[in-house]
Amino acid sequence: MKHTISVLVENRAGVLSHISGLFSRRGFNIDSLAVGETEDRDVSRMTIVADGDDYMVEQIEKQLNKMIDVIKVRTVANEDLIRRELMLIKVSCTAKNRGEITDVAKIMNAKIVDITKDTLTIEIADRPNRLDLLIELMRPYHIQEVSRTGTIALQRGSSIIGK
Amino acid sequence: MNGAAAMVKCLEKEGVTVAFGYPGATICPFYDELAKSSVRHILVRQEQNAGHAAGAWGRMTGKPGVCIATSGPGATNLLTALATAYMDSAPLVAITGQVSSELLGRDAFQEADITGAAASFVKHSFLVKHSEELPRVMREAFYIAGTGRKGPVLVDVPVDVQNGVVGRFHYPEAVSIRGYNPTLRGNQLQIRRVVAAMDEARRPVICAGGGVFGSLARRQVRLLAERCRIPVACTMMGLGALPTEHPLNLGMLGSQGGALANEAIRCSDLLIILGARVGDRAVTQSGILEKDTRVVHIDIDPAEIRKNVEAGIPLVGDLAQVLDQILEEGPRPHGDVWTEGLHLPKDDAAAFGLAREGFVNPRRLVRAISARMEPEGIYTADVGQNQIWSARNCLIREGRFLTSGGMGTMGYSIPAAIGAALAAPGHQAVAVCGDGSFQMQMMELATLVREQIPVKIFVLRNGCLGLVREIQDERYGGNRMAVDLSGSPDMTALAGAYGIPAARLDRDEEVDGAVRRAFDTPGPFLTECAVWPGEDTHQLLPEKEERL
Repeated sequence: MKHTISVLVENRAGVLSHISGLFSRRGFNIDSLAVGETEDRDVSRMTIVADGDDYMVEQIEKQLNKMIDVIKVRTVANEDLIRRELMLIKVSCTAKNRGEITDVAKIMNAKIVDITKDTLTIEIADRPNRLDLLIELMRPYHIQEVSRTGTIALQRGSSIIGK
Repeated sequence: MNGAAAMVKCLEKEGVTVAFGYPGATICPFYDELAKSSVRHILVRQEQNAGHAAGAWGRMTGKPGVCIATSGPGATNLLTALATAYMDSAPLVAITGQVSSELLGRDAFQEADITGAAASFVKHSFLVKHSEELPRVMREAFYIAGTGRKGPVLVDVPVDVQNGVVGRFHYPEAVSIRGYNPTLRGNQLQIRRVVAAMDEARRPVICAGGGVFGSLARRQVRLLAERCRIPVACTMMGLGALPTEHPLNLGMLGSQGGALANEAIRCSDLLIILGARVGDRAVTQSGILEKDTRVVHIDIDPAEIRKNVEAGIPLVGDLAQVLDQILEEGPRPHGDVWTEGLHLPKDDAAAFGLAREGFVNPRRLVRAISARMEPEGIYTADVGQNQIWSARNCLIREGRFLTSGGMGTMGYSIPAAIGAALAAPGHQAVAVCGDGSFQMQMMELATLVREQIPVKIFVLRNGCLGLVREIQDERYGGNRMAVDLSGSPDMTALAGAYGIPAARLDRDEEVDGAVRRAFDTPGPFLTECAVWPGEDTHQLLPEKEERL
């Protein structure tokens, strides 16, 4: 089962490697990890999506909490989260199918952000499964490159994972 | 002042009186200042032993021991000691020199990414970038190492940071780290649940772990056991929580433990775990815990709860405080001590018979050494057969039993005895090791001589790596490979070369005299004790006595 773990950490050198190292040392697999500053520049938020059972999640939370640079850890059920991911995808195109690809992008609420005579680069920011769908839809046109940011998330409603 | 002077001043502010180390180029500014301070520096002969000595010092005092090494190989040599301290929750601050900041990451001479390498073996680490940060970092390092679940903290200081200017030295009194707030007081609701469970239980057993010493809770454990008449089984790290001969002491539990402790846990209806991580060797793999036994797990580290054992009643807090809270609730005294009906041995006394001609019985020897020590004496055991014989048969009274319980690090006993002896001056310190482990630490004989530390060393010499030999005999069809230690030196002659008086012991009848002689001789002393190579560590139940 996939779990989304939101971690507030001190914004310091070495913290990212320290935390990702903890996952590998303890045998936990990370699906995605996204990190960036928060409204407080001294604090970063890491959003980690990991696959595992409840025992594993409990262990991860506790081990993360033990780290001095970790301020707060919270695992939130996916239905209670607004989850987003950003993706850039570069596909081959010809004069003939360019219109078709543009249509698909439009239906998916994606943007064409770069164009050459034989490629299109599309940007999409949406739920991770919508990104997967766009990849599937683009496969017939030959995908040249994909870059994804990893999932970021905040809780729905007024509750926050604050310091 | 410069950064180095500030660091030394921090040590003085922390009340550090002894530091163990080995200098090198990148830590020279620090040593230059250390020379001017009141801190006594013990020069070891290999950095790992500085770490073990400091860790043992920490385990004795409850406050962080200090070790120092230079960058690169000096720092990497510390790693095993850091891992040892981490596993046994020994409070320790390790200070390492580092190459100059502008060279970091360029693979400079004697550069090692030690904060990276040590990441999984330390509670926390700092790579100091600015001299001005040093007082705060040092304060935080001592605070983190010595509070909560204690452990090693690494402070890595580039040489230019040691030489840089600290304008105004300010040592912060209070520490505020938002990501670090250990829970000390137990939740009152959980406390009441624990007391209710204790009152309801008919066959309760306390399992005392290393946390009893980490939290300086020995008095409270004894009080609780005596007041409620609950018997106490100890993990290897918890040995000495109650005196060995205390009527409520069941001895050591686990796969290397005694029959009484294990049977008591198997039959219990309530297991009260005090400051123990319930390691694989102690409980989980030994299969002694029945499924329907209720478990109370008290630990300062929330991550230990439900890691290895399902706890019906978890309770996070500092053991001494939590036990005070429990005692305040007035748990009811039980009637007869229920384990008195279990007629099982808690040690190997049944196998204290005479050894073969030319050898001594190691179980009996261990008992004789510990019995002859003063009650407050410190016994350090190494790793291997000597550890198991020691753990099961050492007679502990008010003193301490120190060994590398979690990591099982060979070469621990002598440096640990050095650290412990300096932490408890005036008390006797004994190091018991095998001929394998002795040769991993024998360079420290020089430290004993130079510093005139009166450690009494007993080397149990059986000419082989006995515990590995046992595994090979049991599980690999007796295919003995790489366990023969022939080529080892005459250890009494070796001690003599260092100027340490020594004796050889190979007759059971001479054990008492040999032990007395070691204690009566001032300063360090080495006794080489011949042990039959075929001697095993198996638990000796009465019906199996004929095996000897």
